[in-house]
Amino acid sequence: MEIIVYGTINSVILSLTALGFTLVYSIARMPNFAHGALYITTGYLAWLFMNKFGSLPYPLALALAIGITAAIGALIYRFILIRIRGMEISEIIATYAIGLAILEGLRWGGLRGMTFTLPPFITGSMNIFGVSVDYQRLLIVVAGIGIFATLYLFTHFNKVGLALRGIAQDERAAMMLGIDSDMTAIISLALGSGLAGLAAVMLLPLGNIIVEVGYNVLIFAIAVSVIGGLGSWGGTILASFIIGFAQILTEAFLSSQYQMVVALLAIIITLLIKPSGIFGKQKELEERV
Amino acid sequence: MEMMRKERIDRGVRVRTAGLYAISSWREMLYLMGPPLFLIIGMIVLPVILELAPYWKRVVNIVCVYTLLALAFDFLANFVGLVCLGGAFFVGIGGYLSAIFNVYLHFPVYLSIPLATIGGAVISTLLLMPALPLRGVYFAIVTLMYPLLATRVIEALNIFGGTNGIIGLDSLPNVYVEHYLIIIATLIFLYGLRRFVNQDMGLVIRGVKDNDQAVRASGISVTRMKAFAVFVASFMGCFAGAYISHMYSWAGNSLFALDFSIIPIASVVIGGGGTLLGAVVGSFILVPVSELLRNFGTFRIVIYCVILTGFIVFKSEGIMVYVMRKYHQFERWVKV
Repeated sequence: MEIIVYGTINSVILSLTALGFTLVYSIARMPNFAHGALYITTGYLAWLFMNKFGSLPYPLALALAIGITAAIGALIYRFILIRIRGMEISEIIATYAIGLAILEGLRWGGLRGMTFTLPPFITGSMNIFGVSVDYQRLLIVVAGIGIFATLYLFTHFNKVGLALRGIAQDERAAMMLGIDSDMTAIISLALGSGLAGLAAVMLLPLGNIIVEVGYNVLIFAIAVSVIGGLGSWGGTILASFIIGFAQILTEAFLSSQYQMVVALLAIIITLLIKPSGIFGKQKELEERV
Repeated sequence: MEMMRKERIDRGVRVRTAGLYAISSWREMLYLMGPPLFLIIGMIVLPVILELAPYWKRVVNIVCVYTLLALAFDFLANFVGLVCLGGAFFVGIGGYLSAIFNVYLHFPVYLSIPLATIGGAVISTLLLMPALPLRGVYFAIVTLMYPLLATRVIEALNIFGGTNGIIGLDSLPNVYVEHYLIIIATLIFLYGLRRFVNQDMGLVIRGVKDNDQAVRASGISVTRMKAFAVFVASFMGCFAGAYISHMYSWAGNSLFALDFSIIPIASVVIGGGGTLLGAVVGSFILVPVSELLRNFGTFRIVIYCVILTGFIVFKSEGIMVYVMRKYHQFERWVKV
């Protein structure tokens, strides 16, 4: 029972971290290697607002941090990525370099150790099917479902959301219908960074804000997106459940240090058997040589 | 108003040296042979000159190690179309393998370095194999993950000395062997690679980058070509790793460090991608700078990343392409 409950929680956590990455890739067709860096940035900003700059109330600090991260994402696209769009090698190198610069800059600035923590939203715990779960984790599951539902509604019943989907499906046709490709890319990067930030403020209260978390988040986000099929949202959710449960099982029967290995093995097996991922149907022809 | 535009024309000496005239005068010969001879002789005398500043002698070795990695990155990115974000993985594999051969199996240095180079190249190629039949970002993703994972696996399983690493490797016989082994290897790899990309197999490999369907339609397996290219690149990387582990007499987790991944990328972007020489120029600029900034710790990586992003956005051709254009051509304003 414990495995099922914690497996579900872990899966929702994973899909939350991967959502931003998948969103940016599916719309702007850009692998955002700065994803983990933006995640940590949000946590650090929230911490700064609460502890250094006049100790803002918790919800305000979180909202500000998420807003700033989204703005950073949009600015990164507007001033850097827009100039190298379509040059695949440069895109990869540039996003990777930006991510590294942020992460290593924070590490240099002293972001390590146990001092940087965010408090949980609600403390306390309750029993579900005889397993004790604290409220923060429950909240993550509820909020995760809420975020998915909001995103679904946004992309299906909102003009901007529909434009994003249009660009994702067929960029040229969408541009013919008057959808600005660069504008949607800016929105998608802002949205993706905001989602990374949202995931960060929900998940970081469970642990410390340290730089290594940034790398972990990036790796798991990528693993989940690759296995689900890059740019496919349904696949992302399914893949995060696969990896989430696989991780909890390895933790229960082997040791938690093997979690990374599980992710890597899952990627390699996916690439060998079904390279486009579980739901990566539409791009199968494009990507396979 | 009179409109002017800039015109670029090949220098006379360049046109003349393209034909038989090249051997008719010293000036033309110097024009052709000067730059490569300057590089080769310069690199060979460098350790002798630096007798005056012993600290910097070691830096030459490190520059050459990074040059090898940068060459590997440039070759993969600009000739094969695979972006390798984890040069550290090759270094780590090569370093650990030569440590295993040397410390655990007691092979001498002149056996452990070549064995580690070849063995490491085979292992890395096999490990990267799953990502090769695919286009797009998969290769970048997999190479990004491997070095990060390798350190964790080594720590978690506590193999190969765990966090302490393997100590007590034989060092190279003497200082001059230490210098000239890596310098001559760098020169061989540089000029060998420059030849290779213009020969039959190299042309096919470049074809893989430009139009893989055409290569496939010619009855050549794209995956096999990519695998061979990865083998060549990882061969250089593993050699660098095996060398560096013997130089420090130590193989540890820091062989998988980010520096080995990001500095070569930065060197290539700064030096000029697709020229191979640019990789050398970039490393000769960046690595000494990195030594000067040693006190800044991880802040160095931030500096590289900023420089890197700046070059990619504002000066994507790099230094070498610019210099070569100035060397071969002159510019003038003409009326439209």
